[in-house]
Amino acid sequence: MNLAIRDIRHHLGRFLLTALGLGLLLGVVLSMIGIYRGLVADALALVRMPAADVWVVETGTRGPFAEGSRIPGDTRESIARLAGVTEAGSLTFQSLEAIHRDRKLRLQVVGWEPGRLGGPPAIAEGRGLARGRFEMVADLKTGLAVGERVWLGGDVFTVVGLTRGAVSSGGDPVVWMALRDSQVLQFRLAPAPARREAARGTPPSGAPDTINAVVARVAPDASVEAVVAAAKRWKHLAAMTQDEQETILTRSVVEKARQQIGLFTTVLLTVSTVIIALIIYTMTMDKIREIATLKLIGAPDGRIVGLIVQQALALGLIGFSVGASLIVSVKDHFPRRVVLLPEDAAALGMIVVVVCLVASGLGVRLALRVDPATALGG
Amino acid sequence: MVVGASAPLVELRGLAKHYGEGETRVDALKAIDLDLRPGEVVGLLGPSGSGKTTLLNLVGCIVEPSGGIMRLDGETVWDGRWLRPDLRSLRLEKIGFIFQFHNLLPFLDVAENVALVLDMAGAPRAAALARAHELLDYLEVGHRKTAKPSSLSGGEAQRVAIARALANHPRIILADEPTAALDGERAGIVMDLLRKVASEQAATVIVVTHDEKIWDRFDSIFTLRDGRIVSTVSPRAGG
Repeated sequence: MNLAIRDIRHHLGRFLLTALGLGLLLGVVLSMIGIYRGLVADALALVRMPAADVWVVETGTRGPFAEGSRIPGDTRESIARLAGVTEAGSLTFQSLEAIHRDRKLRLQVVGWEPGRLGGPPAIAEGRGLARGRFEMVADLKTGLAVGERVWLGGDVFTVVGLTRGAVSSGGDPVVWMALRDSQVLQFRLAPAPARREAARGTPPSGAPDTINAVVARVAPDASVEAVVAAAKRWKHLAAMTQDEQETILTRSVVEKARQQIGLFTTVLLTVSTVIIALIIYTMTMDKIREIATLKLIGAPDGRIVGLIVQQALALGLIGFSVGASLIVSVKDHFPRRVVLLPEDAAALGMIVVVVCLVASGLGVRLALRVDPATALGG
Repeated sequence: MVVGASAPLVELRGLAKHYGEGETRVDALKAIDLDLRPGEVVGLLGPSGSGKTTLLNLVGCIVEPSGGIMRLDGETVWDGRWLRPDLRSLRLEKIGFIFQFHNLLPFLDVAENVALVLDMAGAPRAAALARAHELLDYLEVGHRKTAKPSSLSGGEAQRVAIARALANHPRIILADEPTAALDGERAGIVMDLLRKVASEQAATVIVVTHDEKIWDRFDSIFTLRDGRIVSTVSPRAGG
């Protein structure tokens, strides 16, 4: 005769409401883990898109994501000729805010040379760039549609294709355009500053052939470190491997946000532990007389401990299931990416089990100290 | 009734209980000698603080005596120390409890409340339920076996509590104010049931009570005052 199940059935409504409340709390914990994972995934999404082995940037910088980096546009040719390099591409990166259809549009603009390394990943809708100028491929998260025309920096760009899941470390959706367009967008002066520069005698430059980075892919039988070392011999360049670039992003660019969310998740888990412990303690307090009666009529400790521990586990596991289901169903409505990994959910499930066992310790301690004589008298 | 015909089920020799030491010492029971035989239904009377409940707790192996010897059903259970390491199994085996407020578990139905005692003793579920049904029928509450305790009347709940106390065939039944919450007629019925049980199952029933309307149902009434038995009367024998 399972006393825990009988007691749960007897107070089913109250038990389910408690489990629902706990589920909401565990749902928040799980969503925080998902946001944490999403932050890292977003941070790495852009840097992983070119599927490069080597990043070449301005000397003395850790660009182009952690710091600004400007190198000459012809750097690509120099890098492409290094031994072991199979292909290379020039890239520019720029954050941009535009007003489109009366709404603010924050974008991460990537300029690249179509046909070379660094373009958009799989096109989800439409096509890639073909005409070369004033076209762009945008991520679905921009809310733009194929064929839509957008004013950016004084020029009109037509959306010809859409990608999925391409965002910057700040969560802004990515758009790709031809390198020349992006250089104009990034480096061309507006008319008034241009007139002032002309008055100062600065030669008119238009948009210089400046880029932010060169990415290169290395042949499988060649050494990435050797290519990095070779690129570093040019005094105006710095080079790093893909792993080093990813480390810079996760350890520098999003580190504080990671720590913030990680700490908050820890606090939430601690709060959850305390709440679970209090719920189980209160549930045990409510049964003091029943526990005293059980002891008096001869119930062994194992039976009483089982009643409390089984209820604690049931509460935790039902709460966890409610929380997980809730977050899975709403995660796509979050403004930033929420990445729920099965291993994270399994780990949280295990933590909940451990927390329930630890938290039930308080209730078990109380139950084992109940004097059977409590059952006698009024 | 088999009073005096066989060995005592409850034998107390100089049983004592005190709380605290030195100036704060309170002697709750002082050197109680008592023999109770199968079939006897006895009452414990006395004002509050006289030691009735302490005596019930001592015989129920809930509280540790401070001195004396206690034998239950022929087994010496206390002789300066507990001679059984597991008192709960001792209670499960030898003693049935009936409470003033029934203390039925609210999350079990009537039959399960009775079967629980057997379940804890290791009986198979079917056998435990069969015994529960048999007892509930015997106590004339078989028709309520699937009801929850909250839906029972006071008399029905007390019958179920008696059934639970009898489930494991104990030979010592301890009842704490079993009729306090019942009217005169129902109190009489409960006492008749306890007498029937004591007689048919050769058990001893010890009842703590203040309820004057049931005094004539006891074989003996022991009055306690300041931790001692100060008088013994036998209402059914006219004394």
